[in-house]
Amino acid sequence: MACALALRAAREGRRTLLVEMDAKGSAAASLGIPPAGYEPVVAAENLWVMSMDTENSLREYLRIHLRIPFVTRLGPLASTFDFVADAAPGVREVLAVGKVCWEVREGNYDLVVVDAEASGHIVAQISSPRTIKSLVPRGPLRDQTTWMLDILDDPARTGVVVVTTAEELPVTETGALVVRLRAETRTDVACIVVNGLEPGVGADAAALAADPWFSGLCPEHARSATAAAARAATQEACVPELVTAAPGVPLVRVPVHDATGRGLAELVGGDLP
Amino acid sequence: MSPRITVVCGSGGVGKTTTSAAIGLAAARAGERVLVVTVDPARRLAQALGAGEIGHEPVSIECDGPGTLQVSMLDTKAGWDSLIRRHARDAATAERILRNPLYDNITSRFVDSHDYIAMEQVNELSGRGDLDLVVIDTPPSRNALDLLDAPRRMREFFGGRLLQWLTLPYRSRVLSLASRPFLQIADRLLGAKFLGDIVEFFTLLQSMEAGFVRRARDVEALLTSERVQFTVVTTAEPAASTEALHLVSELRARRYDVERIVVNRVEPTPGSPAESLPGAPEVASRAQMTHEAPALSALADIRHAHGRRTATAARHAARVSALAAAGARVTVVNESRADVGAGALEEIATVVSRG
Repeated sequence: MACALALRAAREGRRTLLVEMDAKGSAAASLGIPPAGYEPVVAAENLWVMSMDTENSLREYLRIHLRIPFVTRLGPLASTFDFVADAAPGVREVLAVGKVCWEVREGNYDLVVVDAEASGHIVAQISSPRTIKSLVPRGPLRDQTTWMLDILDDPARTGVVVVTTAEELPVTETGALVVRLRAETRTDVACIVVNGLEPGVGADAAALAADPWFSGLCPEHARSATAAAARAATQEACVPELVTAAPGVPLVRVPVHDATGRGLAELVGGDLP
Repeated sequence: MSPRITVVCGSGGVGKTTTSAAIGLAAARAGERVLVVTVDPARRLAQALGAGEIGHEPVSIECDGPGTLQVSMLDTKAGWDSLIRRHARDAATAERILRNPLYDNITSRFVDSHDYIAMEQVNELSGRGDLDLVVIDTPPSRNALDLLDAPRRMREFFGGRLLQWLTLPYRSRVLSLASRPFLQIADRLLGAKFLGDIVEFFTLLQSMEAGFVRRARDVEALLTSERVQFTVVTTAEPAASTEALHLVSELRARRYDVERIVVNRVEPTPGSPAESLPGAPEVASRAQMTHEAPALSALADIRHAHGRRTATAARHAARVSALAAAGARVTVVNESRADVGAGALEEIATVVSRG
């Protein structure tokens, strides 16, 4: 979904950076390019892909913000990094979020799409500047969190797109995620994408499938139609729960598809931010 | 007699919690005394099991069988608190740690910390003589392997130079904070007060090193023992099954016993794919339609629905054979209409007990 959003924006002529947070290279694979590193690589016209790496982010941060020259010996830097990341809560997260915010602040791209990690982690990441702010009484890192929060808290600049499927557990988790995002961060939830919706069959087809004459003639087709209708109904029944869990958040429906990346970009409707 | 332990792992959203409950249910029906420790407070699971609410204290579940089934929820915070109390030199040290401003953050925010406590639970429960089987549902890690490496990382953390350096200024007053370049950078980043809090916290933690390291070693040893078996849960979708294959090979590389792979939500292959559909005129006359258009569109709908199901079934079958090639026993659970709920739970319990 992140690939689809990024591709669509790129095709509309916006300079877009897609940031892969989990470093598994699945976004790159979905776009049909080799895994990207910390340095952005071109995936298509107007589209760059990079993979988050907190050690490189720290290195860049030290160079840009503290004017600590490029550290050639990896040893001390790696230890410092381990120290910072393991010992100080929120630091690993803030380095990742900080890099993303930095790209936004510098205006290097028109749109930065972040393919985030599993839902449990995203709240920790988005709230990390606030965590740091509450734990660190002063110092440059605290100052940095101020402009990060300006970007993250501004609904015109940052929005979370929550992607789910219309199934019981994902819907419950999505509801819980939206509640946590609203309680622990001030970042706007832009929309919820309901992916993989079964289109079902029309009323005439459902009636035909239920006709004993038809189901006697071609039982497997009848079964397929009945199953599709049943699944569509089950999925549809989950949607009100999403609306209740996340009041006021627009829902974007995406039908079931085999597409990844490039194909999906065609499928995604027009009302995404 | 110590209980056998089944650790249920896999990526998020594949039905891990339901599968854990189903494994427990099947064993209880076969006459065993079972405890399922879940990490997921899903209300529907509690309902499916017929329990009001599942809390940190084990709740007994009706299971229509000779055995007993209890379910409880993993409590990360309480797990850490009791670890600290157990390993602290004295009560005062424990209190100082529990009151340190970093403590809550570290125990609640670190993904790793859930992992460590889950593994710690394995150790804790392995001594329970009143149980035959303990089923541990694992947290949705970013990477399921983090879970298994948690005890080792905890041990390395305590044994590592990092903690030595970090606590050096406290142990030896000769060296001031600023005299070490790495602390200097950290100091500029974080400020001296925060750094002081961190150093105090980890100095206190370090006083518990021996206890933690011993404990982590115990957990590691237990995981490779023959009492512990792993069940990998997945769906037949590409991302989940690729992750599952990776997980199986990594588990084996660590010499853990992967007892079975449960593949949830598999679309069974349609029985006779070569059916010929009736023509639109035939359908129209049968349904007493005045035009053929609705008949045509109904037939097209059905053809598409069947095409989707056949394609999904073929894709799933290919994934199931790839998983079967990994060598573990593969248990296939067919697509059920309910995702979490009594239906899916019963279905998995039945399939699992069949073997």
